[in-house]
Amino acid sequence: MKLPPEFWTYLKVVLLVATVPAIVGFVIVLAERRIMGFMQARLGPNRVGPQGLLQGLADLVKLVTKEDITPAKAEKAVHFLSPVLAVIPALTALAVIPFGPPIKVGKTSIPLWVADINVGLLFLLAITSIGVYGIILGGWSSNNKYSLLGGLRSAAQLVSYEVPMGLSLVSVLLMTRSLSLVEIVHRQQATHLWFVFPGLIAFFIYFVSGVAETNRNPFDLPEAESELVSGFNTEYSGVKFAFFFLGEYTAMIVISCVAVTVFFGGWLAPFPNVPALDFLDAVPGAVWFLLKVSGFIFGYIWFRSTFPRYRFDQLMALGWKWLIPIALANILVVAFAILLFPGRTTGLVWLSWIFGGLFVVMYLLAKVRQKLTRRDRLAATPQTVEG
Amino acid sequence: VTDEKISQAEKDEAAYFAERAKAAAAAAAPEGPHDRTLFDVQEMELNFGPQHPSTHGVLRLVLRVDGEKILEAKPDVGYLHRGTEKLFETETYPMGIPHTDRMDYVAAATNNHAFCLAVEKLLAVEIPRRAQLIRVILDELQRLSSHLVWLGTSGIDLGAVTPFWYAFREREQILDFFEEYCGARLTLNCMRIGGLPFDLTPGWTERVSEFVRDLPSRIDDYEQLLTDNRIWKKRTVGVGVISAEECIEWGLTGPILRASGKEWDLRRAQPYECYGELDFFIPTRQNGDTYDRYIVRVQEMRQSARILQQCLERLAPGEIRGKVPRVIKPVAEEVYASIESPKGELGFYCVSNGTNKPYRMHVRPPSFINLQALPRLAKGHLVSDLVALIGTIDIVLGEVDR
Repeated sequence: MKLPPEFWTYLKVVLLVATVPAIVGFVIVLAERRIMGFMQARLGPNRVGPQGLLQGLADLVKLVTKEDITPAKAEKAVHFLSPVLAVIPALTALAVIPFGPPIKVGKTSIPLWVADINVGLLFLLAITSIGVYGIILGGWSSNNKYSLLGGLRSAAQLVSYEVPMGLSLVSVLLMTRSLSLVEIVHRQQATHLWFVFPGLIAFFIYFVSGVAETNRNPFDLPEAESELVSGFNTEYSGVKFAFFFLGEYTAMIVISCVAVTVFFGGWLAPFPNVPALDFLDAVPGAVWFLLKVSGFIFGYIWFRSTFPRYRFDQLMALGWKWLIPIALANILVVAFAILLFPGRTTGLVWLSWIFGGLFVVMYLLAKVRQKLTRRDRLAATPQTVEG
Repeated sequence: VTDEKISQAEKDEAAYFAERAKAAAAAAAPEGPHDRTLFDVQEMELNFGPQHPSTHGVLRLVLRVDGEKILEAKPDVGYLHRGTEKLFETETYPMGIPHTDRMDYVAAATNNHAFCLAVEKLLAVEIPRRAQLIRVILDELQRLSSHLVWLGTSGIDLGAVTPFWYAFREREQILDFFEEYCGARLTLNCMRIGGLPFDLTPGWTERVSEFVRDLPSRIDDYEQLLTDNRIWKKRTVGVGVISAEECIEWGLTGPILRASGKEWDLRRAQPYECYGELDFFIPTRQNGDTYDRYIVRVQEMRQSARILQQCLERLAPGEIRGKVPRVIKPVAEEVYASIESPKGELGFYCVSNGTNKPYRMHVRPPSFINLQALPRLAKGHLVSDLVALIGTIDIVLGEVDR
């Protein structure tokens, strides 16, 4: 039987659309709740199925059977469309993510990505920005003051954090000279250097912006349960709420996937230079990719259970006064390092060492400062209980 | 009052009404197309509560906001009003104690204590030493549990979810101690006029001392998550600053006053029970902001642990109730007795007319009086800060509304 050439593409699209929500519902949400439970000295959901594995199913049933409420004074059409607007772009963005190296089925080689377009990174930035509209319009159309505040917050927050995110990716583009995500991975394979090392600063800026883009702690201001009572999604229930939920978690996956692809070598195994660790290559690339993405998702969960929430003006200050200037300076430094040794990676290796050193020094300084201020704090009160 | 003055007052009144009518007309007049631009200040009235997760109960705040900036915050209390003060008048003195449980329901023991102190002052009864020590132990355990609730909930208000679970883990242990002592976990009803209802169960003191021994390291855990956390500091330092003078003018007491630099703690200033002989510090800070109030409360928890340790060491067998008549009929007199509750000065003003029921019982609730300062503290801050401020004042609506 001869398959039409589009067959595999369609199959992959169907698989993505079918599996990602399932992964979100069954794996990530459960993992988040269990891991947070572990971090917070409690158990988390463990009743539905063994170890709570079927919790996702129970949640799904609950959300689907819930009454779907549209407030009387809501902007009906927009209110209906915005959850869709939150999910579709996030799922679309996954189309350009290379999940692994092409696999061979018989004679045909099937790439593990839906599309490798030459402006992949640009496409990603563009399409994920559209997801913001879902939140803004959802907040506005609910005709609820809290939702409106949430929508406004997200409008400002997401627009501001697009900028440092884009700028941090620019410095990577200088290293790859390609916007195609597959090409970026190939380039890291060729240079034997994950771009997280020369792009350490870019990576930090990217990930911080990414967390802010996905409205997660400590930047979860648009939904801020304790201030805005869930903010933009207050007036959503049932399946519409589930869509917002799905959109948020899919966006998390997208951000993590891009971080892995651009900075952590995508599907590549670690330590390609060390012969003793060659056995790592036996693990399929897609598994490495998933492992790395899981690491990032874990980071998201860890943040959530550790950090308090930023205040709105502080969030803006962080974005505009710190991340954007640093990202700009970083572009200059990276460009300089590349220009210094044209056509070779020497500059990037040097940059890796410098950034690594800088990181260690800053970490130590922060530790020292913490020690000093702690002593100040304790000295201010007469004396604390000893022993 | 002379005629001249009356006419002046009338003139003032007329002028006032004329001005109000003018303002109302101006507000009602339709606006021209050029009146509103994109950059005009557009105020919005936001109803914050009574069903809001961060108002710690049924507090309602009417906010006038410009964007997220608070121009005015008007607290609207009374949703939990149960007429407790009137109830005291209808029931005999001992029957009043359970009503106090329902006031500050996260710190029932201190409420019981303050009520009993007021009646004991009327009766001029001597409290046996063992009862005094156990009362102090119960008070300090209650202070710990109240501060733990405060720590957890105000952390959640600012988005730090994890300290809540740690704090409640310890609180759960304290509630277990209460349950073992008097059978109840929240509404304790654990004191009687003249002493205590029960003696301690065997092994109770050992278990409490073990808990107290572990407590400083547990408090270190909370501090590790919050004290040096950049975001926590950003959210609390410089938020809701109030000076000691202002605190005194507003009548604010408790950790709020101490965080502004005034070393005022009734346990030290007017020692009741056996606080006079105990060795502890009164933590104070200078800046009077939310962060300092946080530090003061955490330090107070450490001091409570110290007090508990000392009391447990001093416990010796003895009487637990003083010589109180069967029917309590104090002489006709007025007294005021107050203690340092976890939230501040909790006082009972009792007027007796010689019968077995109080003629009038007035409560000085620290939550209510501290809450007054909220509009002053919140003005000019953002909605997010308001949540932090409600948390830092540490109100319990049962006590605010009574």
